[in-house]
Amino acid sequence: MIELHARHAIGSPVTGHALVARDGFSARYDLDRVQGIFSRPAHKLAGESYVGKVLVLDTAKGGVASSWMLHEMASRGVAPLALVFNSVNPILVQGAAFGDIPMLAGFDGDITALVPNGAQVTIEPQKRVLRILQV
Amino acid sequence: MRLSEEERDILAGKLGPVPRLALEHQVKVGDFFGAEDCVAVTQAHVMADTESLGEAGVRWLERLAAEKEGRRRVRIPTITDPRGTDFARAAFLGQTRAMVSLEERVVGALVKLGVMMTDTCINYQTVQPATLNEHVAFGDTGVVIYSNSVCGARSNFEGGPSALAAGLTGRTPRYGFHLEAKRRATLAVRVDFTPKSLNEWGALGGVIGRLAGHYWAVPLVEGLEASPGSDAFKHFGAAMASFGSIALFHMPGVTPEARRRADVAPDPLPQVGVTRADIEALEKSYRQDDAVDVVVFSAPQLSLLELAELAAQCDGRRFAVPLLAVTSPQVKPDADRMGYTATIEAAGGTVLSGMCFYQSYAREIAEAKGWKRLATNSAKLVNILGGYGYLPMLASMEQCVEAARTGRLK
Repeated sequence: MIELHARHAIGSPVTGHALVARDGFSARYDLDRVQGIFSRPAHKLAGESYVGKVLVLDTAKGGVASSWMLHEMASRGVAPLALVFNSVNPILVQGAAFGDIPMLAGFDGDITALVPNGAQVTIEPQKRVLRILQV
Repeated sequence: MRLSEEERDILAGKLGPVPRLALEHQVKVGDFFGAEDCVAVTQAHVMADTESLGEAGVRWLERLAAEKEGRRRVRIPTITDPRGTDFARAAFLGQTRAMVSLEERVVGALVKLGVMMTDTCINYQTVQPATLNEHVAFGDTGVVIYSNSVCGARSNFEGGPSALAAGLTGRTPRYGFHLEAKRRATLAVRVDFTPKSLNEWGALGGVIGRLAGHYWAVPLVEGLEASPGSDAFKHFGAAMASFGSIALFHMPGVTPEARRRADVAPDPLPQVGVTRADIEALEKSYRQDDAVDVVVFSAPQLSLLELAELAAQCDGRRFAVPLLAVTSPQVKPDADRMGYTATIEAAGGTVLSGMCFYQSYAREIAEAKGWKRLATNSAKLVNILGGYGYLPMLASMEQCVEAARTGRLK
């Protein structure tokens, strides 16, 4: 079992499957929030469902809307299970806090290369840890 | 975080549940970023369009607004980003009664909280710009990057819930661009040409945003020694923030914190170059068709000077496809009074107020109106609208107006 340590964390523990890409994230720019899929054609996860997944991406992009949108998506049950990023901007952190979505950020190494796509992972924000359970 | 006595009282609920909820949220965010304490802010700017809030966000605001009078109001001037509609033109935009109703509920709740419904993303041109070293809590990325860079004010990107929290508590966690150390340049960008038009300034901002790549990067932009003026900075910054999540740039000799390079870059920096070919490549990457369904001037809202120029270009023309020009409620009455609105609308265009195109149910508008191929002079707008099912194309104001006349973008 591989254990990866984050410098920043928020939220409660969860376990789920990772959806991984070396790309950015903005709820407004990248998602069809009704269908629960990535919709921006140029995004590396275009067409993929993010619902219930541990999203492992490089960095936060775009505007301020994500902080409302994460809360709104969570209210309809079409939100990611957790967010794991190399780096984040304040909007995603504010959104994770407001939407009650666990988040880790800041690792030694590129987290999008360290977590295999589809792997089962556990996140423990209080310990700032991501564990890869099964590849 | 280190809390003052007043902050401990707020968290204990002595001032009621609304400020307590607000400060609890701020402490969570501050702890994530390792903020030592809070800093007092003078203004807050809240993004709260209902496409983002949804029913859940609207109910959350209504719960705050239901607290009794005297225990729910903001403590500092708190203003709003654009609404999700121009109430007078919702039917023209193909927006449903349900969308308008959600917007009305948000307005009702925010007014009860003491928020001023300015509905603008160009408050630095129309309401009151922040000043050098003034700490604020602004909630539109274009507003933040302009205020930080051009005005020398201090703000992070504050999403709607956080900006409202700042309004309700009069403070924000001290992290990121509230700290001197985070405001130093992290890379130098040498530009070997000077953009001529707003779309070129936007494209240059977009290229630099992509190069810089993340929120904590602070580009030092060199090679542009003269100030291009407020509208050019507006498009430049908004695109840089949109493409790269950038919140601050410096331009030596032009922006106030960088009178000299050494003021913000005491040590050597990694350096990249940008040429005219780079912005041409960005514009070309969006040219997927030459037919156009709609022309949109928005994102950011147009200043009075932009509307004057647009009106001059529309004068005497007759449009074959819809042309929308979106401005703020502060600018619109002047545009009406000076005849710009009448000139643009006589050509077949529509001047909208208090909204911004991408914040106004753009996906549903596309479906209702059959709009897909969209021409604009806003680099920020082309970056956003791909995800909403549009084929957005970037061109000059002049080319866009001509496209509205012919239905073709040359």
